[in-house]
Formats: sequence, C-alpha cells, structure tokens
Amino acid sequence: MKFGVVQFPGSNCDWDTFNVLQNVMKQETVMLWHKDHDLEGVDCVVLPGGFSYGDYLRSGAIARFSPLMREVKGFARRGGLVLGICNGFQVLLEMGLLPGAMLRNKDLKFLCQHVHIRIENAGTAFTRAGRMGQVLRVPIAHFDGNYYAPPRTRDALARRRQVVFRYCDANGAVTDEANVNGSLDAIAGVVNEAGNVMGLMPHPERASEAALGSTNGRVIFASLIQTLSRRKAGAGRKTKGRR
Amino acid sequence: MIDDRTLAQHNLTREEYDLVVRLIDKEPGPTELGIFSVMWSEHCGYKSSRVHLKQLPTAGPRVIQGPGENAGVLDIGDGWAVVFKIESHNHPSFLEPYQGAATGVGGILRDIFTMGARPIAVMDSLRFGPLDNPRNRSIMEGVVSGIAGYGNAFGVPTVGGEVFFHECYALNPLVNVFCLGLARKDRIFYAKAEGVGNKVLYVGAKTGRDGIHGATMASAEFGTETEQKRPNVQVGDPFTEKLLLEACLEVMEKGLIVGIQDMGAAGLTCSTTEMAAKAGTGLAVDLDRVPQREADMTPYEIMLSESQERMLLVAAPRNVAAVQAVFAKWDLDAPVIGEVVPGGRLTATFQGETVVDVPVRAVVDLCPAYRRPSRPPIKTGKTRPLPDLPVPADGTDILRRLLASPAIADKEWVFRQYDHMVQLNTVVLPGADAAVLRLKDGRRPLKKGLALTLDGNGGYVRLDPRTGAKIALAEACRNLACVGGRPIGVTNCLNFGNPEKPEVMWQFEETVAGLAEACRAFGIPVTGGNVSFYNETEGQAVYPTPVIGVVGVVEDIRRTVGPGFKAPGDTVILLGETKDDRGGTEYLRLVHGLEGDAPPAIDLEAEKLVQEVCLEAAERGWLRSAHDLSEGGLAVALAECACHAARRTGCVVDLADGLRTDALLFGESQSRIVVTTTKARLRALLALARRKGVRASAIGRTGGRDIVIRQQGREVVRLAVVEALRIWKAGLPNALRTKP
Repeated sequence: MKFGVVQFPGSNCDWDTFNVLQNVMKQETVMLWHKDHDLEGVDCVVLPGGFSYGDYLRSGAIARFSPLMREVKGFARRGGLVLGICNGFQVLLEMGLLPGAMLRNKDLKFLCQHVHIRIENAGTAFTRAGRMGQVLRVPIAHFDGNYYAPPRTRDALARRRQVVFRYCDANGAVTDEANVNGSLDAIAGVVNEAGNVMGLMPHPERASEAALGSTNGRVIFASLIQTLSRRKAGAGRKTKGRR
Repeated sequence: MIDDRTLAQHNLTREEYDLVVRLIDKEPGPTELGIFSVMWSEHCGYKSSRVHLKQLPTAGPRVIQGPGENAGVLDIGDGWAVVFKIESHNHPSFLEPYQGAATGVGGILRDIFTMGARPIAVMDSLRFGPLDNPRNRSIMEGVVSGIAGYGNAFGVPTVGGEVFFHECYALNPLVNVFCLGLARKDRIFYAKAEGVGNKVLYVGAKTGRDGIHGATMASAEFGTETEQKRPNVQVGDPFTEKLLLEACLEVMEKGLIVGIQDMGAAGLTCSTTEMAAKAGTGLAVDLDRVPQREADMTPYEIMLSESQERMLLVAAPRNVAAVQAVFAKWDLDAPVIGEVVPGGRLTATFQGETVVDVPVRAVVDLCPAYRRPSRPPIKTGKTRPLPDLPVPADGTDILRRLLASPAIADKEWVFRQYDHMVQLNTVVLPGADAAVLRLKDGRRPLKKGLALTLDGNGGYVRLDPRTGAKIALAEACRNLACVGGRPIGVTNCLNFGNPEKPEVMWQFEETVAGLAEACRAFGIPVTGGNVSFYNETEGQAVYPTPVIGVVGVVEDIRRTVGPGFKAPGDTVILLGETKDDRGGTEYLRLVHGLEGDAPPAIDLEAEKLVQEVCLEAAERGWLRSAHDLSEGGLAVALAECACHAARRTGCVVDLADGLRTDALLFGESQSRIVVTTTKARLRALLALARRKGVRASAIGRTGGRDIVIRQQGREVVRLAVVEALRIWKAGLPNALRTKP
C-alpha cells in the first residue's frame, strides 16, 4: 500500500507520521508537497498534525487553498481514503470534506496529554481492525479541538453512525471529566457519509511504539492497510471476473 | 562634545565613550553610537562577568565547541553531536509576559539551528512571585502560554523544566529557556563571514521597529516607568521561524553557505560585526536592501531593530541563486544586502551615504571588562541563625501543606500546555527527575538516549552562594542519575541583580567559584550560557539564581528508570545520609516563615559516590524506581514516588535515625536518592553501595493504600495515597484559582 503524507508550511507531525507509516507499519510512504499538483499514485492521503500556515486566521483555514488540496478533494470524491490527524482534521473541516467545526478548548488552554477514546463504529475503513467499544489510549495536542456541529448535522452524524471516536475514561465511560476539550457529545473523530474520509483530534502516530508508552494508535493504520488490501483484492477479483 | 543625556540614553559611561572615540579615531555618528551602545551593553558585552567566567572549566574530550559561539557542541558518539544552550528572557517577560516568553523560545531555537542542528527539545526554568497576588498569576499564565504558543507551533517538544515562587521574583520574574538540537558531528556551522567577495544574504522576516534597544534595556534596573518600555519587547512569529528552520537546514544540507548567524539581541549590528570579527574580515552592507516592514526607518533603527525570525547568511556568489531558490520554496525573502570585504571594517550605506564605518574588532572584542568591587552582604532579618523551633506534632498535616504548595505540587497545569511529545522522542514525560529522549539515526531509533534537566535554588544561593551553586550542579547531575543518565556537559544561566552593587557582585563571584569547583569535581565542561544582570526593579533584586542545565547520555534507553513505585512488595532504600539540614528548606519557609541561616551542606565527593551507586544499579537493571530528595525532603519524595506510581501504591517505612522529626521528614540534606528494588536484587544493591562506601538503608517496603512513615517504630506520617495525589494535583490549579 502506498501512503502519502501532505506537507504544508507549518506542518510539524509530518515526519512523525511518515516514520510510523514507513518504519513501524512497514508501508511505502511518500511526502507530498503542498505546492505540487500530483498525488503520486498513493492509495491513502494523510493530512498530518501541526500548525499549517501558523494556524493564522483559524486553524486549518488557509491550508485548504494549497494547490495540492484540489487534487486531494478530487481523490476523496472518487472514493480515495483520506485521514486527517489533528490539524489535518481541522483542514478537512475547513475544506467541507467533513461536517462540523472546531472551537477553542473549553478551558482556553492548549492541551497535550494522553486521553482515552472509544471506538463508536468499528465498521469503518479506519477502524475495522478494532472492536466496537474498544478503548484506545492515545495522546492529544491541540488548542482548537472542541468539536461543534449544528443540531441538524449532529442528528445526521448520529443517524448515519459517522461518529467514529468519543473521549471516554479508562473504562470506556463517556464523562464530562474525560471530555477534556469540551467537544459536543465528546466527539473525537468523525467520518464522512461515504465512509472514505476521517478526521480525529488524537494522534495515532504518537501511540504506535511501545517505547513511547502506547501502541493503541496502530489500530487506525492497521485498519487502513486492511481496507486497502481488501480493495485491491476486490479489484483483482473483479478484473479476473471480467476476463 | 556629546551630552550626558545622550550618553545615558545609550547606557554608556563617559569613560566608555572616550574609549570608543579612541578606538574608532573619530566621534561616532548616531548609528555608530547605537552600535556601541548595544554591543557594549552588559547583555552583549559581558562587561561585569567576563573576568570571572574564565574560571569555569570548558575543555573535555567530547567538546567540539565551547563558549563563544551561539551554543556549545558536544560529541555523543555514532557521528552525532548535541548543540545546546540556555538563555534568559527575564526583562521582556516582565513587561509583556506572552511575547517576552515566546520570543525567548524563538531566540534560543535560532541559536541552535544556526549551528546546523535541528532543535529536538526545549526546557524552561521559571520563577514568579507568590500566586496569591493576581499580577503574579497573570504573569505566570502569560509566560506559560507564550512558551506554549511558540514552541508548539514551531514543533519542538518542551520536555521539562522547573517552576518556583518567591516574593523576590514578583517584579523580576525569571524566564530561562534551554534548547538542545541534534546535528551530524561533521556538519556544524559557525558564525563566520569568511571569503572576501562572498555575498551576505538577509533571510527571514522583515525588519520593523520592534525591540530597538532590547539588549540595552536588559542591561539596566527597572524603575516605575517600565510600562513605557513595552515597545522594546519584540513580537514572535513561530510560523516564520519554522519556515526559517527548514530553509536554513536545507541550504546547509546542500552545502550552499559558508557561515550563518541569527539576528538576536542587537539584530543586524551583532550579526554583521560578530561574523566579520570571527573571520577577521570586514563587511560592506547596503541598508536600503534590508527588507523593511515599516516606512521611513532610519539607519539607526534598521541596525538596532530586534525583529524576530531573521538570519544572516554568507554564501559564495555562485551559490546565491540556489540559496534564494530554497528560501523561495519556503516563501521567505533572501536578498543580498552586502559583501565580505578585506580590512576588518563594517561599513553600511543608507541612501547613498556611509552611515557606519567602524573596525569590527573594536565593537566585538574590545568592549571593556570590569572587575567590579564586591563585598559580602551583612546578614539581616531572615538570615539569622535558626531560633529554637518546636518540633511540630503532626507530620502528616505538614506533608499535606507541602504537597499543596505551588513549588512542590504537580506541574501538570504547566506542562500539559506544552506539546511535549512532537518528534516522537520523549521516552520519559515531564514531571520525572529528568527528561529522557531517544535518538533516531535518520529513521531508526538508537540504543542510546539523552537525559536533560534544569536545576537551581535561589533560596540556597542567597544564604551561601558558593554552596548553593555547588548544590545546583550536584542536584542536576543527581536528577540525571535517577533516570540512568551520565552527565556530559553543562550550560548555565546566571540571574542576578545590579552588578554595580558590591553585594550582588560578591554573590556572583562566589556563585561562579562554586560552579567551577563542582564542574571540576564532576569532570564536566561548561559549553556556554548566559548572564542576566540587573534583575532588579524599584530597588528590589532577585535572589542570586543560577540555573544549571545538564545534558547526559543514557547508554541503554530501555534501562531508563522513573520516580514512581512500580509494584507492592519492593524494598525501599535510602541512599545517602540524613542530617539536621533545615536551613533554606521549603518546610522552614512554609511552616515557620523563616529562610534559615545556611543551606544544606554538600560534599561533592560523597555526592558523586551516591550518584555512582544509583547509575550503576540503573544500568544493571536493578532499580524499579529512583527519585531525588530535594524540596520537601524525604516525606515529600516518598509521597511523590507514590503519586507517580501507575497503580496507586503506598509504602511503609521505618527510620532508625534519632534526629529531630522535622529534620528527618522535611530536611533537605543533599546527596540522597530513594530507590526501590526487588527482593532478588536487594543484596547485590546493598553490596554495591557498601563497596562504594555509600550509606544505603533498607527503610521499608512499597504497598498498601497509605504513605506511612515511622521513626524508631513511632508513626509520624500516615497519608492515604489518593489524598496525597488529590492535594498534589490540585495545588497549582488552586493557587492559580483555575480548574485542575
């Protein structure tokens, strides 16, 4: 499987994500430069964390105008897998590829800490290697992670099971205390209606190596690899069938 | 003849001005006067400190670059070098806490990457006035969010540091920022303008009027008119800095430049003169070509601006286009503003007129150095000998109070605002004795890691500067020993009052002497640092506060040890001896409102042996946990071990000493570490200590829900771990009147 990590000016988890995909998950991985127009034939695009364009104006607001993002939009429309982590999630919201918006954390402070998140839908392309209700210990590091959506969107998200992760305590209970940034319904990650674009605030790449305290984040990358190999196998069968 | 007012504005004495005239053989023009004013300021010229700093040992087998460059460089093996330094940003942080602290981070980051190293860690040593005063709370909130705002966006993890509180820091908060970067040992870059005919490029942000005379401001006491100095504080832009980092490292990687210097204090003035002085060349620059953010800037303003995120590069003419292409890729300006010339002079033209023409050596190397008069202070008020204090009956309640006090309480409120994980190297998260980072050779993690810590205790140093300085270094090394790191080098930030006062000068001399002695004892070099004088507002000076940064190597990162108890049933061992050391302790301050007469004593040879036992045991994998005894003494250390335990684990210990109970529980005798080990390793550990001549007392066991301390069988402390944890975690948020 070939992964592409998009580098915006101000991205700072780009190499972390690259290293985990290439050296921990052992996948072919390339860096994609924001000024380019070519996705280099990747199977999955990852928008990494950081402060694209300094997060000036609003987090993720300017990155969506990068030339490469036009390609990413088309790729997503064609069903390509797109994962946005932290700032990448914010960019996906600004692009309109995912519903909702981010507000400042409820205590108006940047928060960097391990949190627990619960898999709310294990049937997505991003979570199929996990179990429904499984609790993952993964770090967050953000100022604007307080997810918000208007009532109609909120209902639609619930109806279509687009909420993929919620903040919870170590035992999986969703509590006010565990919802550290104050997100609506403790939402930590959502998927689009078509199921091929997901954004989440926690950093799975920071929880992929035992030396750093948790490997729970690998579930997301492993799910993507499973999804892609199924797609490839499916495509292979189809080709065979047609013959 | 120059008038006194102009001289005062430029912070130069009449004698210094006359020396300038002799050196440059003319009356300086306005821009030239500005240049001497900043370069001969205490901040840039180290006028009062230079003669004393010479005592510090700076040589060693690992030293690639000692003091005198942007940062020190040490060889850590495997072809890699660490580049590190600490800097103060005290004065700006008092005037404008957020931007002052943010630009402090920005400045030290540039010091590191200007040498070709990618910054991989930041630590901060912070000191504020007591938090019951809303102004102090607001300064602290501003400083912490400023550090976070800059470091987080730049993408460097802030992995550790310290925070203390005392009335003396109310009008003089201390903000010392440490940064460490990693570079290939054979790819270090220096601030040299070599090669006549080479081009001088200006890269990064445009020049504005911000920060003019920042260095001069930091070289004088503050009065009541400090509000007016706010415009002297610069404004940080971490986004531009991040672009600057990537672009600079890329031109270095491609071998396109011959020299580079960041524009920090004294901006273009400092970078041009220093680069030329180091190479023995001259520079000719055209100030009209300097990118400007504001209209109608004068040459004086352009030369003295301290606008952030700027660098000066020197490149061969054939590489100029390639350098500019890299900067264009990162959307940054990179105009050529001048050329390296022979003759050792800096000339600058502005609108066709020569406005600067001075020998660079006069500016950089001939700044006068003073051996200022010094005199020990008369012991007054709070430094009187300890009166006969009653031994408090209830140790548990005092332990509660200490755990809740902001100096000792958990600092999570601070460090969770910092991204301490980015770059994926942070093996030991903030809050432990020292930060531990793994190293990656390209993409592959190495077996070896780094341990880093900052340490200082102004209270001790005030009581006895020489001893206090020794303790600061010893404790920093002890912090490293607790995580399994062997010290390899030192950087220091010396924060003092007005050096023109003999008492302050005496404190400084004694501190440097103590530090030099301790560095020699540990056999580690000082590779650089910073002196910050004039931390004095309305006549009130800070306690003399040396902040010591020590970098160590962890040979096997998997053997790293943490402070938290691991499991019930382990043996608790106290390494080192407990004496009646109550002077300068948190206990004395908090419970009795006294500072004492003398800090704890320190024997550097005994200290080294204790650390050696801890290190050897850690490296052999014998330790389950290790924690340094410092502020709050043994009782606080044991409570912290319990609070750090992953699963709430208490302990029961029984101390055989017949000492006063308060000294036993809360005294701060040095050279002590509390470690835990399994039954299987106990005998070997005790034998190791015996061989080294270190007292090792098996004082009890981990386990249970309480922290229980007995003295000769009599219970003197019993505190539930859940309660200790709650108090310790709530201490700082409560003091700041915010939610935890």
